[in-house]
Parts: sequence; structure tokens; C-alpha cells
Amino acid sequence: MTTTGTHAAAAPATRRDRDLAVLAGPVATTLKYASLVVASLVAITPIITVVMAAFKTQEEFRTTGPLDPPTSWTNVENFVTAFTRGGMLQGFVNTSIILVVSLAGTILIGTMAAYAIDRFEFRGKRVVVGAFLLATLVPAVTTQVATFQIVNGLGLFNTRWAAIVLFMGTDIIAIYIFLQFMKSISKSLDEAAMLDGANRLTIYARIIFPLLKPAIATVVIIKGIAVYNEFYLPFLYMPSRDLGVISTSLFRFKGPFGAQWEVISAGTVLVIIPTLIAFLLLQRFIYNGLTSGATK
Amino acid sequence: MVTVTSPAPQQGAVAAAAPVPRRGAHRWVSRFTPWLFLVVPLAFLVVFTYVPVVNMFWYSFTSWDGIDPVKEPVGWRNYVEIFTRPEIFRVFLVSLYYLVGAALQLVLALYFATLLSFNTRFRNFFKGIIFFPYLINGVAIGLVFLYFFRPGGTLDATLAAFGVTEPPMWLGDPSLVNVSLAATSVWRYMGLNFVLFLGAIQSIPNELYEAADLDGASSWQKFRYIIAPGIKQIIGLSVILAISGALSVFEIPFIMTGGANGSMTFVIQTVNTAFTFSRVGLASAMAVVLLVIVLVITWVQRRIVPDERGDLS
Repeated sequence: MTTTGTHAAAAPATRRDRDLAVLAGPVATTLKYASLVVASLVAITPIITVVMAAFKTQEEFRTTGPLDPPTSWTNVENFVTAFTRGGMLQGFVNTSIILVVSLAGTILIGTMAAYAIDRFEFRGKRVVVGAFLLATLVPAVTTQVATFQIVNGLGLFNTRWAAIVLFMGTDIIAIYIFLQFMKSISKSLDEAAMLDGANRLTIYARIIFPLLKPAIATVVIIKGIAVYNEFYLPFLYMPSRDLGVISTSLFRFKGPFGAQWEVISAGTVLVIIPTLIAFLLLQRFIYNGLTSGATK
Repeated sequence: MVTVTSPAPQQGAVAAAAPVPRRGAHRWVSRFTPWLFLVVPLAFLVVFTYVPVVNMFWYSFTSWDGIDPVKEPVGWRNYVEIFTRPEIFRVFLVSLYYLVGAALQLVLALYFATLLSFNTRFRNFFKGIIFFPYLINGVAIGLVFLYFFRPGGTLDATLAAFGVTEPPMWLGDPSLVNVSLAATSVWRYMGLNFVLFLGAIQSIPNELYEAADLDGASSWQKFRYIIAPGIKQIIGLSVILAISGALSVFEIPFIMTGGANGSMTFVIQTVNTAFTFSRVGLASAMAVVLLVIVLVITWVQRRIVPDERGDLS
């Protein structure tokens, strides 16, 4: 009875999984579960109250407290308002376009860079590797003051390309993940193909790239979350209303819906739902992806 | 096993037949090939990271407004202004709230990670709930907590249930606003540290625990002598990320208060200086100051906790 549905998959019970009770007695066990329940309540309560507010009518919102559940859980009026008048539909479309293009670009750029660094010996390699390493130390938010001039100079300001090129150009984590994974792919595959007369491009495209699938999945997850949640780049580079992504569309709710918390709540819930679905479906990959991405 | 459909076999045959001239060409080609793969990645790296950094240093010695074709050099004046006008540098004090928050966040994350590394009912359920806030969109979190902290909002209603009838203005009171915002930040980021710590703890080999059991070690001793050394690396990394994160706080306060009521942070101020007040020169100098501070902190960390894994190549 100690396993929930997904438990078995994530952490097979091993001999080290001893019960704390055996080691420290029932008091410790009670404290342990009490602290877990408190942590869960702290994590969930702010979200639950927003979900409840999203189902309330304007009148109901004014007369009930935040902890009172709505009378009807099927009142979707606020969601409709958020979606149509709040520009959420446009936001989801723009986010999707940016997400797909920048993911494809990141994967292509990252795998090419990793292939060149891992599979070739060439003069200047140390400098190239150093250049990528050094760039990880520069916090992106500080350089926007100057990056803005570049993006503007390239004529990309107020286009989706601004966000896309910046997402593609600044992802060194992805290169690390590809590189780490590529080291585990045996070089004898390359050599065998070369004996068969394959050129380097063919080896990259037909052998290495397909074998990188697990690393690509990791990058898609980490990068996907980052792009979906990014606020500042679209806020700064795509101020036009039509170019709102979900973050900036939701941010604009603060103005026109300033006092209508039930509509703001509905918009917020709409943004959280895709994240929740992705999390429930991809839990294990997300945990693994973050672990491999953050420790590089 | 590897089947390749390309005209390349011929090429090999030709090279074998006429080795001398072909070799030279081949060597030239193979010296050139890695750069074919690197040209696009390097172009992005240079255009969107290195050129901005270099430009930033240059702008920081000018009084540029971002539009004027002429960038008037002013020497060190921008830097002098940053360090002599107290209202610019004082905002770094706001970072102290986030630093305290970050310390609390790491302690909590370590506590829950250790707890869940023991056998626990509904382990994955608790793990998921504690972690999930990290995945949520920053603007959504900002709005959730505006609702949470507003007068008569979730927090006030919860406190009222415990008999607190006159709660303070969580975001309106300048002495409280940074505490509220730092707490929001802890709520958002704790889950990431927690999952990273938990992963590190679970990757410690079992034999160590078994040996400790044989020696009759207590749970505290196991934490002190097995778990703590095993996750030293990831803790060191998290501390550095927490410090540089606290110095460059941006999203939560920008979304929730816009920097009002004394919640201004250095990055919000830099951004406002550049894009609201059009003082790109001064803003660049501010960004350079922050960049240098972050680099120094990272350098100190590298000295204290050497990277055992070796580098990229």
C-alpha cells in the first residue's frame, strides 16, 4: 500500500528505502507527514482559491470570500471572456509558433555545435569551447540593454523573429546536453560509416542525429517549459497587441480587467492548465531533464 | 550494419587510385568541415551574446540615449553616478530580502528532499505537489499571488479563520512588500532545488547505507556523513545560483508591483533607466556592474567548490 500509481516507475523500492519509523519512532513519522501535508497546503492553496474565483459570477465574487467554493462549477463565462476579449487565443497561437520554430532551431544548432566539438580535432577548438563556456556566465537579463540595439538594428523588433532568434541564440545548456549524450555514442559507428564512404554530413544526419533522440527529448522539455513561461523577451521585443504571447497577454489583464478578479483568475487558470497536463504526462522526463540540465 | 546511401564509395575508390593529390585536397576539406557545422552556432553566439556584451561596455562610457547617432563619450561619469547617487545603489539592499528568502528556500528544499529519500507513503504525490509551482508561468504566479496578498484575499481570509482580524497591507506597506515578494519567490523556486537535491541523494550508492547500517549509524549520522558529502557539489551550485538570482531579481516584483512601494530591484531599475528614461549609457554601466558582481561570485564559487567533473571537452 505504500505505492501510488507512478511510484513504482520512478523509484523502485531498494534496501535503503527504510521506514523512518524504524529508525526514529512514531513521533518522527507524525512530524514528517505533518510537515509534508503543510507543505502541500502551502503549495496548493493559492492556486485552488484562484481556480474557485474563476468559476464565480461577478456578483458572487463580490459577496463571497476567497475560501468559499463557487455555487456552480460549470460557469465558464469568465473563461470565455478571458479567451475572446483578453486575447488569450492570439497568445496561444503566437506562443505555439515561437515554440515550434525556436525548438527546431535550437535542436539543429545545438546538435551541429556538439557534433563539431565532439567528433573533430581542429585548430581553434579550445577557443570555440571556451567561447561557449564563457557565455554561460553572462546573465541574459543584464545584456538586454545592448541586445535590444542589435535586434532593432536587424529589423526584428516587434516581429516574432525577435523572440525566436534570441531563444535559439542563447541556449548553451542545450549544447551541453547534446555534447554529454554524444560522448556516449561510440565513435566506431562513425568510423564504420566512413569506411563505407559516408561523408561527415551524412554521418551527422543519418547516424548521430537519430541516435540523439533521448537528448533531443530532454532539450524539447526543458526548452519548451522555458519558452512557454518566458515573459521578459516578448514583453520587451514584441509590444504589439497582435504579437502577444500567453505571458504578455495575461500580463495585460492587469489593465482592462483591473478589478475583475474572476476574469483575471480564469485567464490565469487557462495558462496553468497546459503546464499541468504536460507535467502529469511527462513527470519522469521533466525530473530527469531538469537534473541533467541544471547540473551541467 | 550501417547502410549509407550516398555516392561516396566512388570517392573512396578514387582516393585509393590517386592518393597523392587527393590526400591534400582531402586534408583541406577535413580541416574545413568542422567549421561548416560551427558557422551557424558561432554566428548566433557572437551576434547575440558577445557583440551585446562588448557594446554594453562601450555604451557604458557614453551618454547615449539609444536613438542619437552620436554617442558622446563621458569617461567614467556613469560609473561615478552609480556609486555616488545613493538611490541607484541602495536598491541592492532589497536583494538582502531575497538572499534571506533563498537561504530559507535551500534549507526547506534540503529538508524535504531528505525526508522523501526515506520510504514515504504517496512519495510521488508529495514530490509532484512540492515541485509543480516551479513549472508555472511567471505571470500566472504573479497574478495568483496578487490575489493571495490583496486586501480580503486568500491570505487575509485564511488568517481570519485563525482569528486575525486586522491583517496588514501585504503589498502596500513598504516595510512588508519585500517580505511578501521574497516569500512568493521561495514558493516559486523551492521545488527546483528540492528535486535537484532529491536526485542527488538518490544517486548515492546503496552500499554506503548498508555499510552504515552494519555499523549501527543513526539517521542523523547518515545525513551528516553520507548524504551531506554526496550532495556537496549540487548544494554549492545551488548557493551560487541563489546568490546571483537574488542580485538579479526581476520577474516577480516587476509583474506584481512594478517596483512600487520600495520593491524596486537593481534589474528593474536598469531596465527602466534604459527603456523608460532612455539613458542607455547609464543603464549599460549598471548592467556592467551587475555582470562584474555575478562573475566575481561565480569565480569565488569555482575556487571554493572545484568542478570535479572536468569541463566541456
